[in-house]
Amino acid sequence: MQDENWPLWEVFIRSKAGLAHRHAGSIHAADAQMAIDHARDVYTRRSEGVSIWVVRSADLVASDPADSEAFFEPAADKIYRHPTFYEIPDGVENL
Amino acid sequence: MDRDGAPTPDQALLGTVLRLGDNALILGQRLAEAMTHGPELEEELANANFALDYVGQARMFYAYAAELEGGGRDEDYYAFRRDGHEFRNLLLVEQPNGHFGDLTARQFLFEQFYLLQLEALARCADERLAAIAARAEKEIRYHLRHASQWVVRLGDGTEESHRRMQASLDDLWRFTGEPFAADDVDAAFAAHFGGPDLPALREPWRERVAAVLAEATLTMPADEWMDGGGRQGRHSEHLGYLLAEMQFLQRAYLDARW
Repeated sequence: MQDENWPLWEVFIRSKAGLAHRHAGSIHAADAQMAIDHARDVYTRRSEGVSIWVVRSADLVASDPADSEAFFEPAADKIYRHPTFYEIPDGVENL
Repeated sequence: MDRDGAPTPDQALLGTVLRLGDNALILGQRLAEAMTHGPELEEELANANFALDYVGQARMFYAYAAELEGGGRDEDYYAFRRDGHEFRNLLLVEQPNGHFGDLTARQFLFEQFYLLQLEALARCADERLAAIAARAEKEIRYHLRHASQWVVRLGDGTEESHRRMQASLDDLWRFTGEPFAADDVDAAFAAHFGGPDLPALREPWRERVAAVLAEATLTMPADEWMDGGGRQGRHSEHLGYLLAEMQFLQRAYLDARW
């Protein structure tokens, strides 16, 4: 066992062509190449993906939970921002 | 045998398929022994994937062997009802896991050979075997990428990891002659089915191994005395212990099922 943990990486998987990558989880790895391999070994064992992105968790910039009131609550009463007034054509699966 | 004692095409095909199955099964069992001993959670999962890939390949080879042989045998017969001298795997794949560097060296040296063998088998004249080889080749290409990376990381890592990786390679080197030492079954298979010319794979194997070792700052060991005999059923002492553990249940409780 090494003395220090390998850095943490966030894993994003594209489940099929045309869809966006989605966050799948995180893994430990020493570098980018190992991170891709570990993500493949851990998160695509059951045909979950066709493409993988990894990014060091330390490189993600996240919003501050203390800001969530100012950030997110004002959207709650703005119903007119939702496109619920359109009819979605039959057969459109991913909108 | 035909009149001059050489294996017939049928014998050469069956012999080749069984050898491939034995290599895959024994190495799969070895990797399974390493489960729960992984250095990291992610490596643990990778190793378990690899073990199951090999057992899956063994199953495809054995199922085909059973069809070729007729007589109502199945995959389990080849795995659980044969003794050590009936196994035709290479000595390299039965070597114990040792530490992570030993395991990595074994996987690296074998898979460099196995990938070349599969690439050639995928072009052989027997369609069924070619299809199995093409499928296995994709798995092994990833295994080898993984093993090669670890050879480089450990070889070009710390002073301690370099020393131990070099020692692992040196220890296993004497098993790297056997894969290329073709016998009459291999020769007959090559002649009748356009299978791999094993001795001719040695040079590309050396080139591929040398490229990784150079990146890993490791020294390719000198070719001295080479061990062999696995294809003829003469094994190292390690195989018996492996089989005893792997076969115990099926031997003690004949035809036991889940």
